[in-house]
Amino acid sequence: MSHKQSLAIQLKLKRASFSIDLELDLPLDGITAVFGPSGSGKTSLLRCLAGLEHAQGYIRIGDQTWLDSGRHVSTPTWKREIGYVFQEASLFEHLNVRDNLYFGLKRVQQSHGSADLNEAVSLLGIEHLLGRSIQSLSGGERQRVAIARALATQPKLLLLDEPLASLDVAKRREVLPWLERLHDALKMPMVYVTHAMDEVARLADYVVLLEQGRVSACGPLTEVTCSRELALAIGEDAGVISTAIVVGRDEVHHLAQLLFGDAKLWVRDQGLVIGQTVRIRMLARDVSLTKTVQEDTTIQNHLPGVIESIDTFLHPAQAAVRVRCGREILIAHVTLRSLQRLELRPGSPIWCQVKSIALMI
Amino acid sequence: MNQLSDAWPAIALTLKLASLSSFLLLIIATPLAWWLSQTQSLWRKPIGALITLPLVLPPTVLGFYMLALLGPQGWVGQVTQSLGIGVLSFSFTGLLIGSLVFSLPFAVQPIQYAFEAIGKRPLEVAATLRASPIDTFFSVALPLAKPGLLTATVLSFAHTIGEFGVVLMIGGNIPGQTRVVSTQIFGYVESMAYDEAHMLSAGMLVFSFLVLLALGQLKSRSDKVLT
Repeated sequence: MSHKQSLAIQLKLKRASFSIDLELDLPLDGITAVFGPSGSGKTSLLRCLAGLEHAQGYIRIGDQTWLDSGRHVSTPTWKREIGYVFQEASLFEHLNVRDNLYFGLKRVQQSHGSADLNEAVSLLGIEHLLGRSIQSLSGGERQRVAIARALATQPKLLLLDEPLASLDVAKRREVLPWLERLHDALKMPMVYVTHAMDEVARLADYVVLLEQGRVSACGPLTEVTCSRELALAIGEDAGVISTAIVVGRDEVHHLAQLLFGDAKLWVRDQGLVIGQTVRIRMLARDVSLTKTVQEDTTIQNHLPGVIESIDTFLHPAQAAVRVRCGREILIAHVTLRSLQRLELRPGSPIWCQVKSIALMI
Repeated sequence: MNQLSDAWPAIALTLKLASLSSFLLLIIATPLAWWLSQTQSLWRKPIGALITLPLVLPPTVLGFYMLALLGPQGWVGQVTQSLGIGVLSFSFTGLLIGSLVFSLPFAVQPIQYAFEAIGKRPLEVAATLRASPIDTFFSVALPLAKPGLLTATVLSFAHTIGEFGVVLMIGGNIPGQTRVVSTQIFGYVESMAYDEAHMLSAGMLVFSFLVLLALGQLKSRSDKVLT
């Protein structure tokens, strides 16, 4: 990672109820998800990046320094080129949708201003809301307007603090696809705070796992989803998230075939295009192990591999088995007793049976 | 001297005093209320209490101190004399200063509550959208505190019209200069002109009722905006 392209952070913050002490070097492209239980300091980290909270340490974005407490440098919030989306939609009640969107834009000296606004407006599908008052918007619409307002200033860094947490399940389903569109359409780096694993699975390229104000894991999405730290943090929901390419389809059975590393997988066809790259998630509890390839089973996906490691950090009865399948890693949660019965140990060749594969599109 | 026609100069003077002091109070009270709503300074509570004093002090006490300060022997009086302005007691300017002090809490408190009700969030949002603190004050805080500013204006206007003690102490009830409606009524009663006192008092009663009615209307409208 070159120095110019990174967001280098070192922060120390002490509060009565918790403290933060962390050091991070984040890539300045794609979405970095900051994931962790509530009270782990995710929001405080984001507020420090925005300058809304004052901490000791440094924050360097590319060649700019926003904070260097050693040299008494601290750029005030309004001079940092950020966009910030708060947990609850925080639109100005005294302005209508259009004036809310123009609020930030008017204060940025840029000639291509309204083009950026038009792009943000169409990316979030809010053209029809422009003349409306804030009071007449639904929760999901408010949050989309808030995101567009932050985007319109073309910030160097977009900070999102659990933008879906205040919405109910239906509204989340409404807003999430718009966020995925942003991810695909924009080069803008984003730091996305969440405690929902499905948002990480869908949006993140890079993951920071925060626990009690400290970084317990950090790296590219697939790498972190294979880590024992994340498995410990989310338990039953642990599983590998990776990418695969659509290579074929079975029109009769409405299935699509994916190339995952060297292996082929069948998934339900959801109108995929051949050649398309998709995100897949395989929960560790849906992966079982067999010594020989099974023919007389309803499970369709079998991947050959070699056991890399066996861990029993979750429960004395349960093992987290890390299997290398070509270039890819799979994690299986099985009982320790069945491992012993099958005499499996690191280095053993093995077949992974994957009961279900979630497609993230 | 106690004809009903004497009432007109008093009414005109009262309206002049009330409009001028509520206008000036809006300018003085707004930054003061903003500071009180935002600061974490140790001075916040003492200064808040000082501003609230006129609410609990008998107006005569306040009027007495103002008189002592503005009079020929007072600190302020000596300063104004040395500047060639003369003595301010028993003048319209003195009356205006007295009513500014007396009505200050009625202007500061509604504005301060309105600023506090906005909370930190809209101000933080403005900062993330590149608005400087001064810009945020004018483009976010003031518009959102509009109901408070309206309440403050109406209250300080009405309160100035209703004051008696301070006016009598500092103004001295000079016809055409410092005689306002409340002191005019007092004059009528003293000279047993009860009919005139009735007319003027009834006028004040109706006026006060209308002010409170308007205030209630204003409140329900701003509540609707916020929900």
